[in-house]
Amino acid sequence: MRTLKRITRGIPGLYLLLILLLMYLPIVVVVAYSFNAQPKGLMWTGFTTEWYPALFQNRQIMASFKNSLIVAGWSCLIAGVIGTLGAVALSRTKIRSAAALETVAMLPIMTPEIALAMAFLVTFSLVGLPSGMLALVLSHATFCIPYILIIVRTRLTGLNPSYEEAARDLGAGPVRAFITVIVPLIAPAILSGVLLAFAMSMDDVIISFFMAGPTSTTFPVYVFGKLKTDVPPTINAMCTVTLGVTFIAVAASQLLRSKGSNT
Amino acid sequence: MRRKPNKKGGLLALMPLYLWTLLLVVFPMGYVLVMSFMTKNDQFGVDFILTLGNYIRLSDPSNMNILLNSLKTAVFTTLLTLLLGYPFAFAMSKRKKSQRNLIMLLVIVPFWTSALLRTYGWMLLMRSNGLLNNVLMGLHLTEKPIQFLYNNGAVLFGMTYSLLPFMILPLYSSLEKLDNSLLEASRDLGAGRLRSFLTITLPMTLPGVVSGCMLVFVPSVGLYFISDLMGGGSGMVLGNLISYYLTTGRDWPMGAALSMVMVVLTFLTMGVYRRFASNDSLGVF
Repeated sequence: MRTLKRITRGIPGLYLLLILLLMYLPIVVVVAYSFNAQPKGLMWTGFTTEWYPALFQNRQIMASFKNSLIVAGWSCLIAGVIGTLGAVALSRTKIRSAAALETVAMLPIMTPEIALAMAFLVTFSLVGLPSGMLALVLSHATFCIPYILIIVRTRLTGLNPSYEEAARDLGAGPVRAFITVIVPLIAPAILSGVLLAFAMSMDDVIISFFMAGPTSTTFPVYVFGKLKTDVPPTINAMCTVTLGVTFIAVAASQLLRSKGSNT
Repeated sequence: MRRKPNKKGGLLALMPLYLWTLLLVVFPMGYVLVMSFMTKNDQFGVDFILTLGNYIRLSDPSNMNILLNSLKTAVFTTLLTLLLGYPFAFAMSKRKKSQRNLIMLLVIVPFWTSALLRTYGWMLLMRSNGLLNNVLMGLHLTEKPIQFLYNNGAVLFGMTYSLLPFMILPLYSSLEKLDNSLLEASRDLGAGRLRSFLTITLPMTLPGVVSGCMLVFVPSVGLYFISDLMGGGSGMVLGNLISYYLTTGRDWPMGAALSMVMVVLTFLTMGVYRRFASNDSLGVF
């Protein structure tokens, strides 16, 4: 009886472990195959690191990776500024249209990406904006804003208003109080939001697919194209690098948030 | 000394967000709505001739079959993620705090990392000369490779896998908030484990269930690269159809009408969610 009870007690833990293993299985497989000697990566034939240098010699891959970084960088910068200012302003104003604005501003991450991609595609074609880097940055910044908005807004709700009041009482103007008091207090939240937005932008396939021009392919769009046609031997190394970048960004974002919520 | 909030400064700070949202969210979506009532012309362009034709064409068998299939996939994916996710969130909420935080981090990281790359990982495992078939043949459990990929089941699997964290996170957030004293009270009053679960835990976590279902249902109609890669032509979803009309199909008004179907679906589920879980965030952030 006792052993039976001990066994059943272990079941929830085993279940947690099993699901977590399944969640990480495909990631582990991709990373493992990136060190596989056999180029097509079907059978395990031996350990090698040759695909990583090969990656850096492939000009197409490097160009698409560079494009991804540029797009993510600009979108995060734009979204970081607009999202932070918007979050601060929204937490102050009590006008009714602000609530409506907040809901509408969240739409880009609520609607499925393909609907958003279509909206950008038809609008940019209407105003004559060709597909390419600018279209990519505008569209990415739009879906990056909600992440920063939510995270900074959550942080501001938990913030003690007396910090700012003290600064104002001591004679700081609103702008100075904002820069010297509020921004340092919400900096971890801003950074956390920006990192998350960065990961989202680096990972995006669907919107980028419709926004990228012939010379401005982003990395995930390149990978998607290759997965459907010929899979190059370097693909696993390629995927491992992106996974690494997003993993670090997401984990850092999470750590910042759990640390930042203590003040 | 209380100062009135600086109204002008507040509005000024709001302007960039307001303008950006107006120009890049409201206008584009409004334009898609308008386009869904326009007519496509022979030059792959769009004529400003009002018509309901695009919406009428939704019922064409070629569109309807995919719409229905997408709906079916969405319902099954939601059910599967709920069945797998609830026990997970439940077991997770019973762990020690340090363990809970670790599991949370482990669930969140794949939640935010590329679904495309993880789908590719499954393709590596499941294709006919992949790892899984090699293991099965090595164990003499099968003579020739089993075709795991390129059918409806593979699409359902891929969707369930990709969207499972979307279910677990809101479920866990509502389970974590559950007041344990309620459960103790019901146990003290003589209710069995199952009865306490059905009469207390389940109703109290319903908001989590609803938001989880919403977060799985809506994206599942749009994740067309999963059906593209794992289904290879079968198990197409609404997203495949829109992408077809935007690219090879060259019929933007039809794509716009289908987009509107998707947007309406999003609004409906958001409305349902607001009714059930008016409290706070989706539990995702």
